[in-house]
Amino acid sequence: MRVARFLTPLLFAAALFAQHTYTLADIENGGRLYLANCTVCHGPDGDLQPGVNLGRGKFRRASSDDELEQIITKGIPGTGMPSHDLTPQQVESVVAYLRSMAASGHSTLPSGNAARGKAIFEGKGECLNCHRVHGSGSYSGPDLSDIGLVRRTAELEKSLVDPNAEILPDNRVVHVVTKDGKEMTARLLNADTLALLVLDAQGQLHSYSKSDLREYSLMKDSSMPSYKGKLTTQEMGDVVSYMASLKGAETR
Amino acid sequence: MMGRMVHCGLFLVLLADWLPAQVTFDRILSANQEPQNWLTYSGTMLSQRHSQLTQITPQNVKNLQLAWIFQARSLEKFEATSLVVDGVLYTVQPPNDVVALDAATGRTYWVYSYSPSAKARPCCGRVNRGLAVLGDRVFMGTIDARLIALDAKTGKPVWSTQVAKPESGYALTHAPLIVKDKVIVGTAGGEYGIRGFIAAYDVNTGKEVWRFHNIPEPGEPGHETWAGDSWKTGGGSVWVTGSYDSDLNLTYWGIGNPGPDWNGDSRKGDNLYTDSVVALDGDTGKLKWHFQFSPHDEFDYDSVQVPVLVDMEWQGRPRKVMLWANRNGYYYALDRANGQFLTGKPFVKVTWSTGLDERGRPMKATTAASSPEGVLIYPGNQGGTNWYNSSYSPRTGLFYIPSWVEYNTTYYKLPVEYHEGRTFGGAALRANVGRRGATLTRLEDSEGYGAVRAIDPKTGDLKWEFKMSDVTDAGVLTTASDLLFTGGREGYFFGLDARNGQMLWKAIVGGVVASGPMTYAVNGRQYVAVAAGNALFSFALPQ
Repeated sequence: MRVARFLTPLLFAAALFAQHTYTLADIENGGRLYLANCTVCHGPDGDLQPGVNLGRGKFRRASSDDELEQIITKGIPGTGMPSHDLTPQQVESVVAYLRSMAASGHSTLPSGNAARGKAIFEGKGECLNCHRVHGSGSYSGPDLSDIGLVRRTAELEKSLVDPNAEILPDNRVVHVVTKDGKEMTARLLNADTLALLVLDAQGQLHSYSKSDLREYSLMKDSSMPSYKGKLTTQEMGDVVSYMASLKGAETR
Repeated sequence: MMGRMVHCGLFLVLLADWLPAQVTFDRILSANQEPQNWLTYSGTMLSQRHSQLTQITPQNVKNLQLAWIFQARSLEKFEATSLVVDGVLYTVQPPNDVVALDAATGRTYWVYSYSPSAKARPCCGRVNRGLAVLGDRVFMGTIDARLIALDAKTGKPVWSTQVAKPESGYALTHAPLIVKDKVIVGTAGGEYGIRGFIAAYDVNTGKEVWRFHNIPEPGEPGHETWAGDSWKTGGGSVWVTGSYDSDLNLTYWGIGNPGPDWNGDSRKGDNLYTDSVVALDGDTGKLKWHFQFSPHDEFDYDSVQVPVLVDMEWQGRPRKVMLWANRNGYYYALDRANGQFLTGKPFVKVTWSTGLDERGRPMKATTAASSPEGVLIYPGNQGGTNWYNSSYSPRTGLFYIPSWVEYNTTYYKLPVEYHEGRTFGGAALRANVGRRGATLTRLEDSEGYGAVRAIDPKTGDLKWEFKMSDVTDAGVLTTASDLLFTGGREGYFFGLDARNGQMLWKAIVGGVVASGPMTYAVNGRQYVAVAAGNALFSFALPQ
């Protein structure tokens, strides 16, 4: 009796310690590591492997964070899951990211059909007027050839509905006016003390000396329209499905 | 007979001219009088990085052209400032190869290759910032915490001393400082829970002569500023070179952050002498005075800056002053005879503190408490400035600071435990700038930028600013012709007018400048040398 009473709090403590608390920075670091190490097989939403869904916070072979860390580190013999040469801190942050995936949820759109989505993307959505996929389309917006590797479906949905919500620094657009009065709106590729390097919608690369420009400024708003109300939710689901299937060119 | 004597005398004169004199300590003390040479890390013992050479001027600097390039056989950051002794340039190919070059042509005399032990674990790159020279010897600290003396003519090792244990995180990364017959180094490793120290070694034998522990042990004054056993892993690293005042016989060193870096819960107290400058007796290493810039730091504000010593009139009387632009974002002027605080003012945006009291102690902002949820602080983790050297020009009277402006970091506090040789940090960090070598799409000041800021050292007031787009790891050099040289992360090397910051000349060097420029002359021709990317560039006027 005395022994049992002594053991109970200890066991309770052990159970509590099994789930760690994570910071936003852990989750962000983990997200980067997840993109670099996991998306090729598991996809950005963690649901690319048949019968495996990492994005729901429930795992067939692990319940505690420590067990998840073991699997990431050592892999699962006899399956396609390899071992990973990550530091314990890196593994912890990947687990933090996996836990956050469940919390941040999935796209609320109905599940889509990628082939239909492609037709909408290239047809009534007019996405290629600005974006580029596998060598077709325009240069004025981000090239989406590998967007399925780098964005989760919830993020894709958000961009369709609210394009201004987040404009990543790599996707910034700059407005320049040269001293001889030419104006241009183009994607900013690089800026330094003396120069601006941009890519215009026609696919021309320009390198400007800042001293040759009358003015230059960042465009605050995205030039992308919201598709809310323009496409049905099913159509948006299809487009998201198509974009999630874009994995870039095979490079190795 | 007479004829033979004349011949003999002539021969001696020729020999004296041909055989470079040894580098005596007196020569280093009066290095300003032979500006064709660069005899110590910061140019002179006062560390102003100000050269008396005047061949290159604001008028002709636009004609500067490349004299030579030395390509390092290394992909590590090239952080060393070269030394030049009578036409021979000594530098370090990272991590720890010493190279002697013809300073006029860049051709190699010799290379001393050193393979550091696999136990070495420098936190932030396998780097080296330079050498010391005395007599016919060159001295280098290594990332596996050895101090090595080489023959300056051949590169052959003369002695080698193990200064500390690399497996515990100790490393030597800065250029040693010569004081009389001793060579002084301090230990890096502030991210590994070391107990940092500064020590002096006999130049002839490599034997330790004195040691100053940057973290006081039980019984020593200052020990009470550490809770429990936290002093044993209290950090207090040294990783840039100190300065020396021969009149006072004091050597000054900036001390690094406390350990763990970002979680101070286990080390309640001020944590002396971390984030401080210490003034040590040049013969004994005894502490004469100290001044702590950032008591109980949780934001990694190493006071690892070069102490800049200036004799100037201060409020109507001549005074021995020390100028210090600190990583914590404040500029300070101290009396270097006694450590008295003279003035201080932020030179970049500061939010961790609301000001300095009359003794120079920072008043901490109540909003700046570190927490797991994260706290956003200006300046960010790399500081308002860092190890890259500032410069003082006695001609303009201005103090020039390589600055990170509008730069912040969010610190997310984490639990941390000490394990020997492992990082001992205690937070995750997120900053608004700082992807080294990436292309840059920041265009607005509020997104953070690098600059040279010129301030009036008597008031701390900003006089002018040379703005770059990216942040900078480059030191600053000024000359007696009122030129200022610096670089940045973008791959430019700039020549500015030291009086107003106007850009007069630039070279595209195609790699990050993470070192301090220096200047020298050979056969009457002035050169300006800077390391960028993985190469050392030397520029001169057309002949």
